[in-house]
Amino acid sequence: MTRYAVVRDLNYCIGCYNCQIACKDEHVRNDFLPITKSQPTFGHFWIGIKEVEQVISPSRIKVTYIPVSCQHCSEAPCVKAARNGAIYRRPDGIVIIDPVKAIGQKQLVEACPYGSIFWNEEENLPQKCTFCAHLVDDGWTEPRCVQSCPTNCMIFGDLDDPNSKVSKLLAERKGEVRHPEFNTKPNVFYFGLPKSSLSGTIIYGDKNECAGEVPVTLTAQAGGKWETQTDFFGDFVFDRLDAGEYTVGFDAPGYHRQIHEVTVKGDTCYIGEIILRSSK
Amino acid sequence: MKKEAKNTARYTTKGEQRFVNCTLSGPVHIYVKEGEIVRVTPLFYSNDDGEPWTLKARGRTFTRPNKGALACWVHGLKQYVYTKHRLLTPLKRVDFDPDGKRNPQNRGKSGYEPIRWEEALNIVTKEIIRLKREYGPSAIAVTGSSHGTWGNIGYRMSALDRFWNLVGCTWIDHDPDSWEGFFWGAMHQWGFYWRLGQPPAYDLLEETFKHTDMIVFWGADPNNTSGDYGWNENDNWRFHMKKLGIKFVFIDPFCNYTAVISADKWLTPRPGTDCALALAIAFVWITEGLYDKEYVKTHTYGFEKWKAYVLGEEDGVPKTPKWAEEISGVKARDIIALAREWGTKRTTLAAGGRSGMGHPGRAAFGHEWARMMVLLITMQGLGKPGVNMYSTTSGAPADWGFYFPGYADGGISGGSSGPRELGPRGFPDRPVQGQIRQRINRSVFPEAVTEPPVTWRGVYGFYGQSAQQQFAKFTFPFEGYSAIKMLYRQGSSYIGTMMDTNRWVRMYRHPNLEFCVNQTIFNEPEARLSDIVLPVCTNLERWDIGEWARISGYSLHLSPVNARVIVLQQKCIEPLGESKSDYQIFTLLAERLGVKEQFTEGRDELQWVKRMYEISDLPKVISWEEFQKKGYYVVPVKKDYKPRQAFRWFYEDREMDTWDWGPGIVDRPVNNKKGLATPTGKIEFESQTLKRFDPDDKERPPVPHYIASWEGHTTAELLRKYPLQLISPHPRFSFHSQFDAKGLWNDEIAHHRRLKDGYRYWVVRMNPEDAQRRDIADGDIVRIYNDRGAVLAIVTVTHRIISGVVHSFSSGGGYDPMGEPGDPKTIDRGGTINQVTSSRFISQNCPGMAPGSCLVEIEKWRGGSD
Repeated sequence: MTRYAVVRDLNYCIGCYNCQIACKDEHVRNDFLPITKSQPTFGHFWIGIKEVEQVISPSRIKVTYIPVSCQHCSEAPCVKAARNGAIYRRPDGIVIIDPVKAIGQKQLVEACPYGSIFWNEEENLPQKCTFCAHLVDDGWTEPRCVQSCPTNCMIFGDLDDPNSKVSKLLAERKGEVRHPEFNTKPNVFYFGLPKSSLSGTIIYGDKNECAGEVPVTLTAQAGGKWETQTDFFGDFVFDRLDAGEYTVGFDAPGYHRQIHEVTVKGDTCYIGEIILRSSK
Repeated sequence: MKKEAKNTARYTTKGEQRFVNCTLSGPVHIYVKEGEIVRVTPLFYSNDDGEPWTLKARGRTFTRPNKGALACWVHGLKQYVYTKHRLLTPLKRVDFDPDGKRNPQNRGKSGYEPIRWEEALNIVTKEIIRLKREYGPSAIAVTGSSHGTWGNIGYRMSALDRFWNLVGCTWIDHDPDSWEGFFWGAMHQWGFYWRLGQPPAYDLLEETFKHTDMIVFWGADPNNTSGDYGWNENDNWRFHMKKLGIKFVFIDPFCNYTAVISADKWLTPRPGTDCALALAIAFVWITEGLYDKEYVKTHTYGFEKWKAYVLGEEDGVPKTPKWAEEISGVKARDIIALAREWGTKRTTLAAGGRSGMGHPGRAAFGHEWARMMVLLITMQGLGKPGVNMYSTTSGAPADWGFYFPGYADGGISGGSSGPRELGPRGFPDRPVQGQIRQRINRSVFPEAVTEPPVTWRGVYGFYGQSAQQQFAKFTFPFEGYSAIKMLYRQGSSYIGTMMDTNRWVRMYRHPNLEFCVNQTIFNEPEARLSDIVLPVCTNLERWDIGEWARISGYSLHLSPVNARVIVLQQKCIEPLGESKSDYQIFTLLAERLGVKEQFTEGRDELQWVKRMYEISDLPKVISWEEFQKKGYYVVPVKKDYKPRQAFRWFYEDREMDTWDWGPGIVDRPVNNKKGLATPTGKIEFESQTLKRFDPDDKERPPVPHYIASWEGHTTAELLRKYPLQLISPHPRFSFHSQFDAKGLWNDEIAHHRRLKDGYRYWVVRMNPEDAQRRDIADGDIVRIYNDRGAVLAIVTVTHRIISGVVHSFSSGGGYDPMGEPGDPKTIDRGGTINQVTSSRFISQNCPGMAPGSCLVEIEKWRGGSD
C-alpha cells in the first residue's frame, strides 16, 4: 500500500513564498481533470504560509513560517461532510474533491477545521490541495510546493514504505501535527512548530557589564532540568518549553546566587535584566 | 476501487514541450502546450552536469544543492506573461499630436489609443530626425531601467546602447544606488574603483565555514538583497554556518528577514547613527588593545589620524561607548560586549548585502559608514583566516577561468566593460562607441529637464575607471550641447525607485520635454506618462543567452549562486499580441533611420546568440547542436580546485592570486602587484585621494567622521512636524518596481501588499507604541506624508521595527495618484514610498541617493483625496 505524506521542517523555512506561488503556477489556467478544475487567479491558497512572530527578548525576535494546506487526513471530516461521495480518499491516501460531484457543495468549505478548502465562485465549486495527484500519477516524485522549496524544508513520500525519506525522518524525530485536538489524523507533519521560551539578560551590577558565560539552570515543576549559559551579551534562552511553573537559577563565581520563580504561559517569557551583586 | 479515476485519461506532461530560459532570479524550465505556458519549474542538475562541489569544514560537509533556487516571482512567470497589465499594441496618448498640439501637461492624465506599429514607428522616427535637425542628437536623453529582463543580447547595455550610440544621444547615467556608501566612500579607503567600491568575495564561503566564529551583519539582510540575482540561492549556506556554530549578530533598526530566522542578537541603532556605534567599537579596541597592531603597522596608512579622532584628541570628544549610547540608543554595555567578542574571536563583517547594500549606506553621509566598515575590519586584520568583509551572498567555488561574459560586458554594443574581454574576442564585429560627450546623472535628471543648468560631480557613475573620476565637476548642459527635448525610456517603470518621485512626474509633464517614448512590457506608471508607448515581449518570447546572475564588469565574479549555469534562453512562445522584442524594435527603427545594417551586422537575435556562444569557451565543452537541445551548461568546478581567498594575498603580503581584474595601474604610482589600488597601496585610515581632493571637506573628510544627518533624530524643528524616521531598504518580494503592481501573485504576499476593500496597498511597518499613539491598528490604511509628498499604505504592527522608526520597502511600481500628478499634496494610493524621500545628495560632492534619511508623519486615513 501507499500512504502519501509530507513533512515540513520549519527550522529551515525561510518564508520565501515559492510554495504558495508554485501551487498557483500549477493550477491557475490549467484543468487537470478528473483530479481538479483550475484554480482562480487570486484568492485561493491551497498552500499558504501562516507566520508566528515571537519576541524572545527585546534583542531577539523569531519568526516561524508555517506552510499550511490540506492535511490529507486519514479521518477527514470533509469526506464525511460531502454528499454524494464528492470527496474521497484515494488508496494512496490523497484526499480529492471530485470536481463534478462537488459542484454547489459550499458547506464543504466549513467542513475543514484547518480552513484549507476554498470556494471557487465562478465554478461553484469547493477546491483544495491535491498533493499534485495529477503529477504523482504521471510519475513525478513530489508536488510543486515541495519541488519549489529552495531549502528542501518539505519532504514528500510514502509513509508505508519504511525506506522512504518521510518514514525515516519520522522514525528519527517525533513529527508534530497542527491542532491534534481536531483528531483527524493528518498526514502533514511538522518539525519546529512554535513553542514557549524563557529568556533573560544577566548583568554584573558592580561593573554594569554584560555577564557572559554564566551558568543558568532551569527546573520545571512538572519535572525536568536544563542547563545553559549566557552568551557574551549576558543573554540566555531556554527554547521549546511547555507552559508551566519553572525555577531559574544563576550562579556566577564571585556573585550572589539568584533564584527566580517563573510562570511560562503560552508564549515567550522574558524575565528582564537580572543584576548580579558581587559577593566579595 | 475508486471508479472516479478509471474511465478518464490520466494527465501527462508528455504532450508538453519543455524549454529552458533564464530570469533575473534563476534559471527555469518552461513547459508549453499548444503555444501556451503550462508551468515554470526550477532547473534540476543531473549527473551530466558534473560532480557537485563539496566543502568540508569542522567535521561537516556542504555539497552544492541539486537544483537552482528561484525567487517566488519567477515561479509566477506565467502570470507575468499573461497578466492583463501586458501591453499588446503600440499606444498613442489621445491628445498628443506631433504635428499640432502636444499637450505635455496632460501626461499622466490623458488616456491612450491603440495605433499600428507603422504609425508608431513613423512618429518616433520623424521626431528623432526633427530633434537632431533642430537641436542636435544631444537633445535626446536615453536610459534603460536597471536590471530589465535577462539575457546578454537583449539587455539595456547591449541592444539599447548599440542602437543609440549609432543614432546619437545624451546618456542618462545610473549610479550605484544600491551601495552608494561603498562607491562614494569605501573606494577611498581600499581602492576597488573597478568594483565601484565593493570588495571581492573569492572563496569566502569555504573560508567562513572553516574559520569564522562570528558574523556581524551590519545593515545587512542577505535573505533579502541576496547578492542581486541569486535570491534564495544562498540561504542554505547560512543554515550551514549556524550548524557550524557561527554566531550571527545583526545591527539594524529593523529585525530583518535574515535576523528573524537566525539572529543570536539584534542591536538597534537609530537610523543615521551607525557611525557613532562603529567609533565606539574602535574606541574599545584601541583603549583595550584589542586590534591587530602588527597588521595596522604593515598593511595600513594613517592610523594615527584615525586613532586621534576616535580618542577625541582631534575634536575633544572621546568616542566612548557611553557617548555612542546617547546618540544611537544602543546600550554601552552591549557595545563593549560586542567589541570585546569581536576583538578576540575570528569575526567576519557583513556590511550591507554583497557587501554594501543596505540603508546605512543609502543615507545622509552614508559613505562615512562604509568607510568605517572598512576600517573596523582592517583593524582586525582583513584577510586573516576568518576575518573578512563578506555578506555571505557569494564566494562559492567556481571556475572563473571558463570564459563567458556577463551583461555589464556590454553585449552587442561593444561598450560598457566590453572592450576589456569581448572586444579582443571579436564581439561584435564593429563595436559602436558613443560620439556625444554630454551625459547626465540620473539623480538630477528631472531638474536637468525642467530647470537647467544643474551641477554635480562624477560622470559614468556605473563605470569604475578610477577613484578620481568622481571628483570631476559637471554642469548640464555641457558647453555647446543641447538641453533635453526628448526622452527615450526602455524597460520597466523606475520612477518609484527615484528619490522624491514627484520630481519625475513633474518632469514628464513639463513643456521642455517635447516628446517622450516608452518601450516596455507593461502598462505601468511611466508608460502612462509618455506620448508613444511601444509594447515589448518578455524574455520567454524571444531568443537570448546569459549566465545566471552574471554581471561581470563592475561586479566581477560577485556571484551569489552555487553553480555557473550558462543558459540558452529559448523562445518558448510567440510574442503576445503585437508585442516585439527590444532588439526587433530597434531594428525597425534603425531601418527607418538608415542604419539597419550597422545595427544588426546582418544578424537576427538567434544569430547574435550563436555568435556569443562561439566567442565564449562553450564550444570547447558542448557543441551548438547539443547546447540547443539541452539549453544550458553547468561549468564544473575542477577536481583539483584550489581556493584563492579574497584578501589572503594582501594579508600574506604576496602578489595577488585571485581572478580579479585589479588593482590595475591607473590609480597607483607603481604597478606593484602586492598592493591595493590606493595611492599608498595600503588600506588608508586617512584617505589620500580625499586629502588631495579637499582636505577640508567637512562632509567627507580624509578620516571618516560621524556627522549627524540633515534629516534625522537631531533635526529638532523638522522632527516636531515629522517625528518618525522612515527606512526603506530593498524590497524582498519584488525586483524593485519590477514584478510589483501588475496583477502578479507576489502581490498576494502580506509582506509586500495587503488587500483591503478591493485594493492592494503597499505595507508600512510600525512599532506597537507608535501605532497606538496614533490610534492606528494593524490593517488600517494610513497616510504617510511630509512636505515632499503623501502616500497611502496599509499598516503591519510589529515589534520588528523599533519605536520612532517605520519601515517600508523602497521602489514600488504602482504609482497611482489620486489627484493632479506630481503635486506634493496629491496622495499616491499605490504606495510609492519614494514620494516622501529627499533628493538631496548623500553629501555635497556625492550625488548619491539618501532614502535612509527621511522624516515623516503617519495618520490614519479616513478617505478623501487630500
